[in-house]
Amino acid sequence: MIRILSVRLLQAIFVMVAVTAIAFLMFRFVGDPVATMVREGASQAEKDALRVALGLDRPLLIQYLEFVGRALHGNLGTSFRYQEPVASLLLTRLPATLELVMVATFLSLFIGIPMGIVCALKPNGFLSRLIQSLTLVGISMPTFVTGLLLILVFAVTLRWLPSSGRGELVDLGFWKTGFLTASGLKSLILPSITLALFQLTLIMRLVRSEMIDVLSSDYVRFAFARGLPRRYIYGRLALRNALMPVVTVTGLQIGQLIAFAIVTETVFQWPGMGLLFTNAVGYPDIPVLAAYLLFVGFLFVLINMIVDMLYAFIDPRLRTK
Amino acid sequence: MRKCARALLAGLAMVVSVTAPSLAQTLRWSSAGDVISYDPNAQVDSFTQSVQNMVFDGLVRRNKDMAIEPALATSWEIVSPTRWRFHLRQGVKFHEGQPFNADDVVATIQRQIDPGARNKENLSAVTGVEKVDDYTVDLTLRGPYPLLLNDLVAIYMMSKPWMAEHNALKPGNASTGVVTYASNHANGTGAFKLVSYEPDSRSVFAVNKDWWDKPQHNLTGVEFRPIASNATRVAALLSGELDMIAPVPLQDIDRVGNTPGLKVVENPSLREIFLGFSFRPELHAAPGKPNPLLNVKVRQALWHAVDLTTIQKRLMRGKSRTSGMLVAPQVTGYDKSIDVPLDYDVAKAKSLLAEAGYPDGFKVGLACSNDRYIADEQICLAIASMWAKIGVLADVNVESKTTYFPRMDKGDLDIYMLGWASLPPMDGYSVLQALLATNDGNYGGSNPNGLSDAKIDELARSASTELDEAKRVDMLKAAFKVTHDEALYLPLHQQPVAWAMSDKVDMPQFPDEYVRPWFAHMN
Repeated sequence: MIRILSVRLLQAIFVMVAVTAIAFLMFRFVGDPVATMVREGASQAEKDALRVALGLDRPLLIQYLEFVGRALHGNLGTSFRYQEPVASLLLTRLPATLELVMVATFLSLFIGIPMGIVCALKPNGFLSRLIQSLTLVGISMPTFVTGLLLILVFAVTLRWLPSSGRGELVDLGFWKTGFLTASGLKSLILPSITLALFQLTLIMRLVRSEMIDVLSSDYVRFAFARGLPRRYIYGRLALRNALMPVVTVTGLQIGQLIAFAIVTETVFQWPGMGLLFTNAVGYPDIPVLAAYLLFVGFLFVLINMIVDMLYAFIDPRLRTK
Repeated sequence: MRKCARALLAGLAMVVSVTAPSLAQTLRWSSAGDVISYDPNAQVDSFTQSVQNMVFDGLVRRNKDMAIEPALATSWEIVSPTRWRFHLRQGVKFHEGQPFNADDVVATIQRQIDPGARNKENLSAVTGVEKVDDYTVDLTLRGPYPLLLNDLVAIYMMSKPWMAEHNALKPGNASTGVVTYASNHANGTGAFKLVSYEPDSRSVFAVNKDWWDKPQHNLTGVEFRPIASNATRVAALLSGELDMIAPVPLQDIDRVGNTPGLKVVENPSLREIFLGFSFRPELHAAPGKPNPLLNVKVRQALWHAVDLTTIQKRLMRGKSRTSGMLVAPQVTGYDKSIDVPLDYDVAKAKSLLAEAGYPDGFKVGLACSNDRYIADEQICLAIASMWAKIGVLADVNVESKTTYFPRMDKGDLDIYMLGWASLPPMDGYSVLQALLATNDGNYGGSNPNGLSDAKIDELARSASTELDEAKRVDMLKAAFKVTHDEALYLPLHQQPVAWAMSDKVDMPQFPDEYVRPWFAHMN
């Protein structure tokens, strides 16, 4: 067990080093921040001075090593655009993204699972065909199109919901939440549906196929033969077993949602980490870009490691190998 | 615990219901970008400066006609060419109650010219500041400098006790990682108070009831919400969540204008769009051969070959103003007799090319951004096809502003598109200093391609110290005449500024694209 753990840790460190290197080098070629940071009539001397002040005149390798050194101390540098430490910038944006992801996950589970059950119990019924074709449309449409369509219908035409932003927030000191106000809750609806759509379809299809599998297994058929109540068979026997992979997939998908909420956040001007990232691309705010990639890389390494460890814990065969 | 939560919710519901009716006279507006910081010295972004202007006042300001008028200074005199004396307005109070006096001006100017201030060059002529008495201040200058008032328009007065209390006497700085209290809080003397600032979400402003000036608006508050996505910003206006968006995307102008209850307001902005030429020995598109652009006849031929009328009618939908010089009519140094583009004449262009020794044309690079100016990419493609008619084969390269401007700065481009608004000074000298003068130290910061004209260099240097306004304007005009005669740049047009707003809003539009809610009326 300890051997597996240490090997995994080593791999994780290697991945993180690769991510920092790629993040850092890639964004050096996005553009020159000096060009966007100086005023319109700036002189050559002014531009050169800024370049030196930002440390952009030094060799790339030195800049990279310094970046890694600071990152190890928890210092991700200062944003060129906001003039604030990047770490605190990411932390202030985290609540917005997490709330969005939480609601999206909730929606996808509480709509996706019942839909999957319906589709499994009556695979050829009208309702299940309708659900299947509707979700197919939803999943094949680009996120920004879905978002804009929702805005067009519910914000512009019907005027039921706001088109953008988070609404009124309540500051809890360490967390600014939109859950406690009416406008905050209303603002959550459209972006979370947009973000949930992909995961919802995934879960619906997963539940459906797992349920169909389980329902055709021997123990379910014996349960029917014994005359157990249907509710007990579907709920206790079939659904429970079908939900095991759903839990794993949902866990992994939460990482995906946090990392790729970028499009949804941009369309809805949702002030989370994704919007921070898109704005940083246009500036170009290199410390923010690099730190964001670092954060996402770390998130995925962490999630994958936990999942692997859990598998090893549950399945003894993986340990003896 | 549950009781507590219920009480909290009830309290919140009350807060929401109490604040809702007062929204009636609140101007809610949106733009694509957000305020970078409320610290006047921590950035150089002109949009940020325009929003800060709601909260802060300068010693002088621009009135409705864009002319400079007294603000926190009531009068001034030139004691000697290097010493200007300002008499301050009495009885002015900052938003948090501190009285305004000479100490505040001294602290503000010192903060502005501090080596750590990101925008210290906005007041580069000033070397020091001295208090004469409680309401008189002297600024000392490097040398005679005619544009001091123009520069002071964008220097916002902060409160010394407030800065001292919050440890913000030194400006914030990205390179050293200094963040101050002034980044997200603002205490000015302006028409509106900053109530709250959430980056990328909103800035909320309340009316300053104790403003020293008579309000020319009837607002009860202002809410600014940045929305980066064009489609979402337009949707928010259509849905009634906003009263105004600035700017409205060009492709949505017709749709928004035809919506009942909304209107589109358009005027030419100060921003002139033009093409710059490479004056290096060789072109990047044709290495090893002498650069044809060094010949004035070639540059004139290229100018004659551009059909400016078609660009104005088709690509700019009739909204731009075709021009022949690098500054707009409102800018000092403008001369109507110079502002004449070379006429569209393909035959003449061909003969000029032949005279210059290029009867069959040549190859050249043409570069544009695709996200900076209105229709920038389409204009570039159109010009390339127009030049093809005279045998000039333009290798068009279009890219995002984040990579385009750094390449331009390095001199990697043969012919390139650039826009210039002469802001904040609104003076032709800005063009002389940054675009026309040879790239050297404090001159030619945006002239990376070897353009060098001895006469213009001399005019730029003498205009920078000439205090006689009439003489100075003549120098600017003389430099622009050379630019036109030698076709050093190829001017295209003055691009429009387009805002969309509700019928209920009455808001004047300015060519510098500043939104000035202190002139807004809502009914």
